[in-house]
Amino acid sequence: MTEPIIEAVNVSKILGTGPARVQALNDVSLSLGSGKLTILMGPSGSGKTTLLSILGCMLAPTAGTVRICGTSISGARPQELAKIRRQHIGFVFQSYHLFSTLTAAENVQLALDVRGEQGHQAIAKTEEVLASVGLTSKMASFPGQLSGGEQQRVAIARAIVAEPSAILADEPTAALDSANGRVTMAILSKIAKERDRAVLVVTHDPRLFEFADRILYIEDGSLTHEELTDPKSTEAQQKS
Amino acid sequence: MSLVFTLASRNLFQDRLRFVASLIGIVLSVVLVMVQMGLYFGFGRMITTMIDHVSTDLWIVSNGVKCFEDLSLLQTGMQKRLLAIDGVAEVVPVVVGFSAWSLPDGAMTPVFVVGSDIAAGGLSPWNVVEGTVQSLTVPGTVAVDRSYYDRLGVSGIGATSRIRGQRVTVGAVTDGIRSFTTTPYVFTNLGSAQSYIGLPASFTSHFLVRLKTKADVEVVRQNILSNISGIQALTPDQFREQSRSFWLFGTGAGAALLAGVLLSAIVGTAIVAQTLFSSTKDHLYEFATLRAIGASNGYIYKVIVCQAVLSAVIGFAIAALIGTAVVHFTAKSALQIVIPPNLMIELFFATVVMCIVSAFAAILRVIRVEPAIVLTR
Repeated sequence: MTEPIIEAVNVSKILGTGPARVQALNDVSLSLGSGKLTILMGPSGSGKTTLLSILGCMLAPTAGTVRICGTSISGARPQELAKIRRQHIGFVFQSYHLFSTLTAAENVQLALDVRGEQGHQAIAKTEEVLASVGLTSKMASFPGQLSGGEQQRVAIARAIVAEPSAILADEPTAALDSANGRVTMAILSKIAKERDRAVLVVTHDPRLFEFADRILYIEDGSLTHEELTDPKSTEAQQKS
Repeated sequence: MSLVFTLASRNLFQDRLRFVASLIGIVLSVVLVMVQMGLYFGFGRMITTMIDHVSTDLWIVSNGVKCFEDLSLLQTGMQKRLLAIDGVAEVVPVVVGFSAWSLPDGAMTPVFVVGSDIAAGGLSPWNVVEGTVQSLTVPGTVAVDRSYYDRLGVSGIGATSRIRGQRVTVGAVTDGIRSFTTTPYVFTNLGSAQSYIGLPASFTSHFLVRLKTKADVEVVRQNILSNISGIQALTPDQFREQSRSFWLFGTGAGAALLAGVLLSAIVGTAIVAQTLFSSTKDHLYEFATLRAIGASNGYIYKVIVCQAVLSAVIGFAIAALIGTAVVHFTAKSALQIVIPPNLMIELFFATVVMCIVSAFAAILRVIRVEPAIVLTR
């Protein structure tokens, strides 16, 4: 059995102190393997974003263990967590969070730049991933000149250009119309399959289930159950 | 090439109004520092102009004398005692002091008389543009600077007036010998100078001491001090330093200029810090995104420091142009603003340091940003 890319064991998280203290996560365990797109589903305030922050090494759990590619992040300092994010994780955000003063190509290249990758090789990689999300003609465009769907595709290209083991997407279709949302999910699904990445998508939109290999349900900070989807029926749904 | 520069420059130029405000702050600050440093250097240069323009190994002045213009009284008989000291080749007396110049309307104006034995290589005028230095050997002949024509009521060579009631004729005209005290310098020979300032022939103000070849200045200086009491024997550098120290710090003038420099630098730092902080705050989610995608602290610092350095370079370039214009326009004024090339280079680095220091507040703000905030918006 292959080692999971991301593994959480008995993770709990308490946010705030005193009267504002909230148990955001309670004893959550999960693992994400390569080549699969997992959807994390739950209502607002259920702990989806907190779990994503912990799995993405942006927040430390109050209790429990998180391992990224076999390495535990317990007790890691902010700079060590940044290094793990740099090496293993790509993010796609609901609001894209592109740099308004950089072109589409520069936004993607930035993910390589922070890793110290520059020059012709970085440019070639950038062009390749932008082509893979269908944005060859928009490389020189600034975010303000792109539609929401195009901006999200630039954000996906930025997330994958450094070839991380896992892609974590936070409500990637929430700001998009249904057609663009489906295109975005199709790209993320393709990344999981063709690039053999572990992809986790946080959403509360059940229309996206067709793209999932696995669906995790979270409520009140606890994983309640999970479903494995039938790839054949998904394929059939996609064709129809 | 790294995208640090691209990101920094575009962030900086994105809000042009804020960038212009920041530049105005830097330019004002740097120009103020430049002008005050220029005044300081100009003042320093004017203070020592007489010392700078005579070739001597030692200056002999009375005890207690703090600068060239200070009252110094030495007996002329000391010349022989100085000549008797081993290593001394030549001793030339110089007489300096204030006197009164009669204007055509009968009024009087103060002048500072400088007299010495011209033939012996004393303190003679330089930058002579009309007439000759040799004409000063004729009693009653003086040299004045043309910038003081109006003050002295003369119009050039051959003009006549009176100093302390004695008739004088302008025999030479100089260009650019201005006094920082604003009192015009009047050059003449030793005897005339003694007469104009009312000094008996048995007294002089200073002695210029020139040494024999291979004589050790410090040894001779110590010999002079041990043989003759009540005097100071100063090398030109020591006399310059003593004069500068008195006028710049003894009077508080230099301290005021340096305090102005410090205040200007503080104001500039505050303005740039405020601008960088506000720019960083506006781009906080972008910095959080950088952190989220794994950028190290060093990468983020580079972006902010690059913005600061860019502001410094552009601001300094504009300030340097203004500074150069100010230098040009004050070249003929009573108090020149002098900005030597090395001061310009030092000011450039000071501007860069000022802007980098300004970036600290912005850096401290970014350090506290949690990358997870990008998931909440």
